[in-house]
Amino acid sequence: MALKYEDVIAKYEPVLGLEVHVELGTESKMFCGCNTVFGAAPNTQTCPVCLGLPGSLPVVNGKAIEYTIAIGLALNCSIAPFSRFARKNYFYPDMPKNFQTSQYDEPICVNGYLDVTIETEEGPKDFRIEIERVHMEEDTGKSLHMGGATGRIHGADYSLLDYNRAGIPLVEIVTKVVTGTGKYAPEVARAYVSELRDILRGLGVSDVKMEQGSLRCDANVSLRPIGVEKLGTRSETKNVNSLRSVERAVRGEMIRHAELLNKGEKVIQETRHFHEDTGLTTPGRSKEQAEDYRYFPEPDLVPVAPSIEMIEKIRASLPEKPSVRRKKLQEAWQVPDKEMAAMVNADVLDQVEATVKLGTDPTRARGWWLGEIARIANEKGVSAGELPINASDVAEIVGLIEKGELTDKLARQVVEGVINGEGKPAEIIKNRGIQVVSDDSSLMAAIEKAIAAQPDVAEKVRGGHVPAAGALIGAVMKETKGQADAAKVRELLLKHLGQA
Amino acid sequence: MIKSSATQMAAALAKGEVSSLELTQLHLDQISKVDSQVNAFLFVDTEGALEQAKQVDAKRQKGEKLSPLAGVPLALKDVMTQKGVPTTCGSKMLEGWRPPYDSTVVTRLKENGVVILGKTNMDEFAMGSSTENSAYGPTHNPWDLTRIPGGSGGGSSAALAAFEAPLAIGTDTGGSIRQPAAVTGTVGVKPTYGGVSRYGLVAFSSSLDQAGPCARTVLDAAYLHEAIGGYDKLDSTSINAPIPPVVAAAKDGNVKGMKIGVIKELQGDGYQPGVLELFNQSLELLAAQGAEIVEVSCKYFDYALAAYYLIAPSECSSNLARFDAMRYGIRVGEGSAEEVMNKTRQVGFGREVKRRIILGTYALSSGYYDAYYGSAQKVRTLISRDFENAFQQADVLVSPTAPTTAFKIGEKANDPIAMYLNDIATIPTNLAGIGGMSLPSGLAKEDGLPAGFQIMAPAMQDDRMYKAGAALEAALLTKWGKPILDSAPVLGAK
Repeated sequence: MALKYEDVIAKYEPVLGLEVHVELGTESKMFCGCNTVFGAAPNTQTCPVCLGLPGSLPVVNGKAIEYTIAIGLALNCSIAPFSRFARKNYFYPDMPKNFQTSQYDEPICVNGYLDVTIETEEGPKDFRIEIERVHMEEDTGKSLHMGGATGRIHGADYSLLDYNRAGIPLVEIVTKVVTGTGKYAPEVARAYVSELRDILRGLGVSDVKMEQGSLRCDANVSLRPIGVEKLGTRSETKNVNSLRSVERAVRGEMIRHAELLNKGEKVIQETRHFHEDTGLTTPGRSKEQAEDYRYFPEPDLVPVAPSIEMIEKIRASLPEKPSVRRKKLQEAWQVPDKEMAAMVNADVLDQVEATVKLGTDPTRARGWWLGEIARIANEKGVSAGELPINASDVAEIVGLIEKGELTDKLARQVVEGVINGEGKPAEIIKNRGIQVVSDDSSLMAAIEKAIAAQPDVAEKVRGGHVPAAGALIGAVMKETKGQADAAKVRELLLKHLGQA
Repeated sequence: MIKSSATQMAAALAKGEVSSLELTQLHLDQISKVDSQVNAFLFVDTEGALEQAKQVDAKRQKGEKLSPLAGVPLALKDVMTQKGVPTTCGSKMLEGWRPPYDSTVVTRLKENGVVILGKTNMDEFAMGSSTENSAYGPTHNPWDLTRIPGGSGGGSSAALAAFEAPLAIGTDTGGSIRQPAAVTGTVGVKPTYGGVSRYGLVAFSSSLDQAGPCARTVLDAAYLHEAIGGYDKLDSTSINAPIPPVVAAAKDGNVKGMKIGVIKELQGDGYQPGVLELFNQSLELLAAQGAEIVEVSCKYFDYALAAYYLIAPSECSSNLARFDAMRYGIRVGEGSAEEVMNKTRQVGFGREVKRRIILGTYALSSGYYDAYYGSAQKVRTLISRDFENAFQQADVLVSPTAPTTAFKIGEKANDPIAMYLNDIATIPTNLAGIGGMSLPSGLAKEDGLPAGFQIMAPAMQDDRMYKAGAALEAALLTKWGKPILDSAPVLGAK
């Protein structure tokens, strides 16, 4: 029987450390001119440099440096006037040079912070997450382990290597130790990653798709008994790839640590893998066996020394902060705090904004994204933004409702169709034969039939008991397979029974 | 014809006295004749070379404007990539590898119409001073086939001395161009670090490696330097500035009023008397032409060798990590990736390479980094300051290139420290990133073998060493009455 979360936080204080890796959205790789398109055929986006062929040399992508500086500035960091790349040496087949070109003791951005707000039962709460560093590095290739049951390297018959990802620019954002979150640690972790993601998206430096791995979070968690200063032993859960998972992973690790500590056992310092299905983590490699990376300054690259003019130019071009933007949208849409928070949580703010921009009423736009679409997303275990439905689809559907060409119920079918990949709303309406029955004579036939079937109810309505009409309207709707506009049916029915 | 200088060959080509095809064929014939004795070449690209020669001849016939060295053949050290041509770096590890790309040096050679005859032998991954560390057998010194031709670029220098090629490309990490030049009676130049692109130079020690020209005359070296040098956007460490006017300097050769600084620390104990005697005679010749000889002291040079043998192995331990059997080169063993990597590296690397990888891995390890790599970098800074101070007092600095003439093959194979000491005079320039040249100073009285005279110049002032080198070369030629290589034994007579 797992320990209850309340019991964990009654006894222990959680301490977090979050490392977020972001793939930059540059057109070319960190140190060569290769393309960075996601999902290209294996090993088609490679060259002597990113394959680490003998004799090849790296050249820094200037755009990646600009992006990284923009990230640092958006996170309130100082930009180092002089920073260097370093080699992190270890052997792994998907790392072409068997060292990763990264930054070590001289990162490009240091000492920033990010403020996040979470909704709690006691109202909104603010937390300041301090940023230790933001640095640049290159991604590795990908190993695909073939044969064997697990898809992991152990037990595999052979492995395939794809170096398309090797050399894609990565930025690593590392927080300082995060304390003082108490029972809200999981929510704070999630809010931090969410806010960070919004900032990165606003900067346009990455497509921040967690499910594709362009933004991944490593969550370090430790517990210490309340009142104790000394930090506990941490575990590091690697590559958590959704906001929901960040929250679950932190909560899960807190419970796991507490169970060990309660039994008088030790938490092992190790990396762990998070499993979406169970919400649990399993051990990766233990840090005791961790390699000595033998960092040293990368001799093939010259130091990065951005000019003050360059930094100020980037600072001047930074977009407004997501928190400012949210406030503006909230005022423009006249939405209460709670609704706003719901949209942020469901991660549909961009979609609602885009839909409103197409002329849709904010309340209606919000209703669809937060209602039916969010419901389907939840069912599928993805975020609304990942579904193949976009703002123009929703705007079109809402427009049809307003014109009376769709009912709410029919519109839900259209939404479902779009998400199923049946095409654009107009096509679906045509192909599925969806149409609002507004032709009075066919409606009247159905009404007559309903009255004939329930003469007693019809009599009650004639007698002035209007609410009884519901049963008849229901029957008509059933007869027309939901394609009738209920308001129209009601109008015709009441008129027919002398009540309008 | 093959005994001419590259400049003379270029002139004959320009006048139509010979075609590039003929000239190339003459050199291929010489290779067939003597290379079984010298073993300077690991690969002779007969077809490719003849094809390149034909193209240059065709262009010349059409009246196209050609660069000065167009049609002249060259030998390429096997550490530089050439598209489609085997590149082994003298290692079993890369047996059979044909790179899919040209190094920038090769690109520029091709642009200049220089005909690449083939790839020359070298110490494995450029680690050594004798070419004995090649996985494909040692190269023999044309002056005495029982002796080493220097290293790591012994193949390139031996090819020049054996008239297999009039020009060659070398790379110099601690003396691998200059020391072979010294012991083979040829000219070799390590340009300023960043003066020639390293793109496509298979790295030994990235912060020290520098490609440069090898030739039989100072002017030939200057022409080759101008052909391959200059900024390359593919090498972040290449210098974005014009190439120093080395050809003009070599043509000028006037040392009147030039201050020549003799480095106190690079003579005396450990230097062969005959080598020192030739060095001093050379100084007198320079003084006779109006140069002012001064003595300078570089007191941190005593630590240069130690610093070098921490920095170079550290960088090599990382640079050579990529040889893991996953993408190119040989693959040994089966099982997990880790097992294959281990086995391949065990079989693919030779003893000296392994020694340096282990040294470097140790020096970079956590807990040792500051004491070893960190201290070595500080020494490096101090050596640079020594040079800066010395260049306050002199325009160029000079020393013997190597302490001795060529030693016997096998003589120092089991004594790495004795081997390392060969580079004591050449290493400081690599640590400071400045240029160095070696040219012949004569034949030592003890053994009749060539010795080298080294000239060093401040960063990006490479022209100064060409000027001084040309002056000394001319004075020595007058003194001897013939080029030094005319005294070498004739090869190929069985």
